[in-house]
Amino acid sequence: MIARLVAALNRRSVRLSLLVLGFAFSFIVPATGILDEYVQLVLMYIGINIILAVSLNLVNGYMGEFSVGHAGFMAVGAYVSSLLTVVAFPAGSGPWLFPLAVLAGGTGAALIGLVVAFPSFKTRGDYLAIVTLAFLMIVKSGIENINFLGGPRGFLGMEKLTTLPWVFFWTALSIWAIRNLVYSRFGRGILSIREDEIAAELSGVDTRRVKIIAFVVSSFFAGVGGALFAHLLQFINPRVFDIIKSTDILIMVYLGGVGSLGGSILGAVIYTFLLEVLRPLGIWRMVLMPLVLVFLMIYRPKGIMGLREFSWFVPSRDLFGARRWRKEREEANGPS
Amino acid sequence: MIYVLQQLLNALQLGSIYALIALGYTMVYGILTMINFAHGDLFMVGSFLCFLCVALLGLPFIPTLMLSMVGTAFLGVTIERLAYKPLRQAPRVSAIITALGVGLFLENFTLAINPYPKHIPNFVPTTTWVIGNISISSLQIIIIALSLALMILLDLIVRRTMVGMAMRAISFDKTVVPLMGVPVDFVISVTFAIGTSLGGVAGVLYAVAYPVIDPYMGIMVGWKAFISAVVGGIGNIRGAMIGAYILGSVEILVVAFFPSTYRDFVAFALLLVLLIFRPYGVLGKPMVQKV
Repeated sequence: MIARLVAALNRRSVRLSLLVLGFAFSFIVPATGILDEYVQLVLMYIGINIILAVSLNLVNGYMGEFSVGHAGFMAVGAYVSSLLTVVAFPAGSGPWLFPLAVLAGGTGAALIGLVVAFPSFKTRGDYLAIVTLAFLMIVKSGIENINFLGGPRGFLGMEKLTTLPWVFFWTALSIWAIRNLVYSRFGRGILSIREDEIAAELSGVDTRRVKIIAFVVSSFFAGVGGALFAHLLQFINPRVFDIIKSTDILIMVYLGGVGSLGGSILGAVIYTFLLEVLRPLGIWRMVLMPLVLVFLMIYRPKGIMGLREFSWFVPSRDLFGARRWRKEREEANGPS
Repeated sequence: MIYVLQQLLNALQLGSIYALIALGYTMVYGILTMINFAHGDLFMVGSFLCFLCVALLGLPFIPTLMLSMVGTAFLGVTIERLAYKPLRQAPRVSAIITALGVGLFLENFTLAINPYPKHIPNFVPTTTWVIGNISISSLQIIIIALSLALMILLDLIVRRTMVGMAMRAISFDKTVVPLMGVPVDFVISVTFAIGTSLGGVAGVLYAVAYPVIDPYMGIMVGWKAFISAVVGGIGNIRGAMIGAYILGSVEILVVAFFPSTYRDFVAFALLLVLLIFRPYGVLGKPMVQKV
């Protein structure tokens, strides 16, 4: 039964109709109120977290680097889009121009990502973590010093423009874009950097260019996530986007499994869901979650999916190739 | 001029505290090539132990210092045994994530049992001397002298004792040294004990100098100490000390001439600029990657 369902998901038409169905559902739910407001809110948070986790996975999972600055790009997206909807756009045009604001938020984050990427990739590994961390702190501290943006008090006045259909749209778009990027020829370059950077360079991959582009794409979607987040919360301040936010996203990615889109989605869903379910524990849930992370790293360091992927994300040529590859490896090394 | 000298004294005080924490980062990195992101929170635990000793037990300075050192050292070794040791063969990223998790756990656990910032009662008698318009408090002298003494002691331990030799050997080569009969686990535990107890000292000194403490204080101070270690060249003990005093001076001078909100901005910008021009720090050696 389940096998047949999964097999059905491999068909393009089934996937497409599911997508359309989901999109229609995201319109129906708020209109009819089948699910109450709180459930809708949690669904939207899950969607935003999926965008953030999937985009961070591009750099940390597929490329094998370690960036902790994702919350910084979120902050850029959030502030740029909020500035547009509150100050620049004429009153009342909010719902119509909202996609533009989100796009601008993403683009702003991508530009900043480009600026950060240049010095970042002169170094590697631990030092990239340091550079992205420094960037995060600079963004936070910078915003705190700009009075125009409200400084440490924060920025408000956004309408609640983030709706379920928009979240669904951007989530689907980010998954689609990153899936297609990863399985393209360019994506193989990204993977080759993770496996062995020197070998990749010797095989003719322009590693510097690949790294910068992957980083910029990742920051773009972080900015999109930030823009949606700002217009859902309707209030942002620099402290929202600190290292703890970055750690949250890291937990989702590593919980789900690096280098796996399905993993990031699962990670985001499970993490957001768990935090909501454990809400009655109050502050103790924040004590529990890090412990879960530590145990996960010790007993299942690759996360839930761990480099594997739902087959319906993988193009069929890669799928059969991957199967053969795994079989050959198992014959050579024994089951891993 | 006098103003600048006065500020330099403050810089020395701040730099000393950063240096003590930075040593913990750099020692652990040197021996395990792992960034112990929980170290800043161990410093916070040191401050809270100080609070416990002073406010609840009413102990004087020296026993407080000793108890905090023992407490943080014990915690550090326990964390290493339970959380980091199983991951020694795992990818580096797993260890980093685990360290982030341990740090978050320490912060939130402290927050859960102690929701409000705590004020440390003034328990070290202070006198202030004025020498040629520069005022020096006995507190500053204690902080600077104690830190310098501990740093010299550490340098002696690392360079002149068997354990120190073993530490340097392990950081030089991880595969051959165990074969020579060096008890790797023991040496790593000693490294953690020394590194985290220095963090504990820093916690006590920080609590004495800036007497309001809260569970999240370790994040910022910890990162600053980490920057110090990187500025000096991570893994290099003397570099960490130099880096800490550089960062302390820069921060104090920024606050002296600009609004204090620019302090973090400048500190992290300094780190970025330094990494662009000298990616391996002041004393660090570039790693040669062999294929």
